[in-house]
Amino acid sequence: MDNIILSVEGYAKQFYLYSRQRLIPSAAQVNLTVRAGQLTALIGPTGAGKSSVLKGIYRTYLPSAGRMIYSDAQGHNVDLALAGEHRILELRQREIGFVTQFLHCLPRQPALDVVAEPLLARGVTREAARKQAAELLECLAVPQRLWGVPPATFSGGEKQRVNLARGLIARPRLLLLDEPTASLDTATTEHVITLIQEMKQDGIGMLAIFHHPALVDRLADAVVELSPPAMTDEPIENIA
Amino acid sequence: MSRKILEVNNLTKIHGRGCPLCLESTGPEADTNICPHCGSVVAAHGVSFDLYQGEILGIIGESGSGKSTVVKTLYFDDAPSAGEAVFFDEDAQYDLYSLNAAQQRSLRNKRFGMVYQNPHLGLNFNVSAGGNIAERLLMSDVAHYGAIRERARSLLVRTEVLENRMDENPKKFSGGMQQRVQIAKALATRPPLLYLDEVTTGLDLSVQAAILDLILEIQHELGTAMIVVTHDLGVVRLLAGRTLVMKYGRVIETGLTDQILEDPQHAYTQRLVASAL
Repeated sequence: MDNIILSVEGYAKQFYLYSRQRLIPSAAQVNLTVRAGQLTALIGPTGAGKSSVLKGIYRTYLPSAGRMIYSDAQGHNVDLALAGEHRILELRQREIGFVTQFLHCLPRQPALDVVAEPLLARGVTREAARKQAAELLECLAVPQRLWGVPPATFSGGEKQRVNLARGLIARPRLLLLDEPTASLDTATTEHVITLIQEMKQDGIGMLAIFHHPALVDRLADAVVELSPPAMTDEPIENIA
Repeated sequence: MSRKILEVNNLTKIHGRGCPLCLESTGPEADTNICPHCGSVVAAHGVSFDLYQGEILGIIGESGSGKSTVVKTLYFDDAPSAGEAVFFDEDAQYDLYSLNAAQQRSLRNKRFGMVYQNPHLGLNFNVSAGGNIAERLLMSDVAHYGAIRERARSLLVRTEVLENRMDENPKKFSGGMQQRVQIAKALATRPPLLYLDEVTTGLDLSVQAAILDLILEIQHELGTAMIVVTHDLGVVRLLAGRTLVMKYGRVIETGLTDQILEDPQHAYTQRLVASAL
């Protein structure tokens, strides 16, 4: 078995801005694979479309071209570019996780519940979910006095760790990571590296963007380099 | 995969006589919902969507987009001019607009809940807060006084209305509190489907936040499917997994809420998102 869980072929994304009547290319000709238990790193300069690829896979962006074949837990193949909205929501809940650069969460919710949320959505009891959330926050060195406080007032690094804990708690099969260590100090970054290595051992496949080349060297099993897409006035043939 | 609870096909509502040119003369391209030939208002046309159990669907649009019309016809406040809607209950399915009035009333009382922007539409201001909930329970065949009172009390506690104000008239309550009583009333019969029409519009920001929290908690606890109608992008961002965008009675775009907000496809949606604070 080749244990490939995600295979992206010819992904491209361009935006059409009606107010400017302009096409904005965001990514072009992206090919990559992610294997179970391995980490594929996306590298390239700013504007090369690294985040665009992650958002396309998560379907926050509608891909303009390409196929993104995901092999689900039952072994069925689904093209994420074309899958129905309910199917995507289901995969997001059960199989595909996304740790974004910034923490988007409900205001007013204590950090512990923010982290526990993905487990609650899967039907885990509140008590069990909070217990796991506490373990993870502990592991990421988020001070216990902050657990009961909404993350809105946290520092960048603390928010980042809450965000990471929430992405990791549900142990998705495929995890998308967008600069998960961008605002962390060295000690916490080491914690995160350990966690990512553990998750690889658990068989979780990851597609990640890292700020530091050193992290790519330490964690990546495969590296995909992107270059910025050329400006164009020609719309890419739409797949939808 | 969870089950479908509602399927809406080509829902249309025209206020007025209507003429053969109404549909082609209105909509986003025509930039109006009023037919220039006969003066009829095409409040909604060709609205189709699915809703799954426990899902929250957002409908956004400005005034006159037809978003409220959709939930009003689904709650039988208004009869559609055309189209169909099928409600899939636990062991039966109902073609909503071929039911008779009594059957419609029964679904409305027992299986659907509605929370209006204007509490005067959802609450009876001649009886107490508890009495409002009791009314709905009585209509759905709960008749034991003690049981009704206990259920009303627990619902008001759940929606954070002070228990000792249960016997007061909601007229005396603040706007936020009236919305809480409306939510308690809507939930009284544990409906699997809830319609929320601009429920936080006009409330203080802090009160809005608390009401939205409450709605999410309820969805988590009870797995209630909801249609949330709002002009506020923040509300759909917070609550809805999928969103429909409406303008002049038509659905112009539909998608996952994060996609609608970050990668809107339609010129109007792009303007709407770009102009949000």
